[in-house]
Amino acid sequence: MLRTRVIPALLLQNESLVKTIRFGKFSYVGDPCNTVRIFNELEVDELLFLDITATHEGRSPNLKVLSEIANECFMPLGYGGGIRSLDHAKSVFDIGFEKIAVNSCAIENPALITDIAGQYGSQAVMASIDVKSGLLGKLTVCSEAGRRKSRHDPVGWAKEVENRGAGEILLTSIDREGTWQGFDLELVRRVTDAVSIPVIAHGGAGSIEHIVEVVKNAHASAVALGSMVVFQKKGMGVLVNFPNQKKLEGALR
Amino acid sequence: MITIVDYGMGNLGSMLNMFKRIDVKAHIETDPEIILHADKLVLPGVGSFDAAMKCISQTSGLREVLDQKALKECIPVLGVCLGMQLFTRGSEEGRLPGLSWIPADTTRFSKNSDLKVPHMGWNVAQPQTPSELTVDVGIEPRYYFVHSYCVHVDDPAHSLMQTHYGIHFDSAIGRDNIYGMQFHPEKSHRFGMQILKNFAAL
Repeated sequence: MLRTRVIPALLLQNESLVKTIRFGKFSYVGDPCNTVRIFNELEVDELLFLDITATHEGRSPNLKVLSEIANECFMPLGYGGGIRSLDHAKSVFDIGFEKIAVNSCAIENPALITDIAGQYGSQAVMASIDVKSGLLGKLTVCSEAGRRKSRHDPVGWAKEVENRGAGEILLTSIDREGTWQGFDLELVRRVTDAVSIPVIAHGGAGSIEHIVEVVKNAHASAVALGSMVVFQKKGMGVLVNFPNQKKLEGALR
Repeated sequence: MITIVDYGMGNLGSMLNMFKRIDVKAHIETDPEIILHADKLVLPGVGSFDAAMKCISQTSGLREVLDQKALKECIPVLGVCLGMQLFTRGSEEGRLPGLSWIPADTTRFSKNSDLKVPHMGWNVAQPQTPSELTVDVGIEPRYYFVHSYCVHVDDPAHSLMQTHYGIHFDSAIGRDNIYGMQFHPEKSHRFGMQILKNFAAL
């Protein structure tokens, strides 16, 4: 049977890997190429690179770094950050990435999802949805890594990106990101109930138990890990690592 | 030297990267005149069945060269993902006939099951008929799949590997010099490397 995908989600800031807490408090993690070599050896299922400040800083995808990554990796690769046009998507696909995540630009111009899916297939387009709670706890979809609020609620927007041709959804809880507190199960469950495309849960993973919980109880198809794969433990130093594959497989069975 | 045929469908850079990593000389080629001199061919492909068959027929001379290499000269040929589906008689995804190099059909995963389509992610392929392509793949080798349609061969002897996703389908097929695999070896770590090494050694 198909394994549940457990995907390191690595934050790029131009040419460096960084890690954030709630998409703020940037700390330097290391060089992307050295890091992917380690993940290659650990034989992880898939890798996802997100340049969360690209749109805000008006940067296009850094093709030099992305091609160095693609030359090292023999696993599926996804990239998101600053993708504003079909041409941007094409340049990243040509390098050897097979998935593109669109976020801020898709909120402004949802037709971009349909355009990329029409050309490269739905499986190549990941709609990245960043969710943050407001003062009264109401969840809203945000763009530019949480800087701007949109008018969308997570469930409505998830349905719309599915209708427009996205092949999967990367659902990030900004409130949980970098906190090690566990996923926002309620949010994930509401979105997985509403769409039939796979949903990758992101934001809050701190243990194998958290991963199992979001897969079994909130029906995530896949899980993205941030802090867990670049730090030893909460509050401790950088250590590129991955949960023991056998243990993980056993827990998810 | 392995010639990766670029007929306008999909991502060839990662295939080239993988051959480079295992020290096998390979190049990407569009020109049928040059493909005519190849001694091994790889036919990759991502996209829809009819679009791929159209691309092949619209490149003047390509279909003839492919048939010549695969069926007359009998050089080793490997189809990957959609590339393998093209070797069948046809697909439920489209209306155009396939290359019909291997007696098989391409069908859609059932819509009636709870399983998500496309079948996307890592799954195990179990060796069936022994073949040079599957030498040393190990126990329970796993590969990366992304597809909504799957291949079923007529003759079990042509099934080299099978995978289970709701149903059993043929995830690697072979008939004489012609081979196909549904999964992406170029995206499947050492498991994919081994199978491409095997192909390079044919």
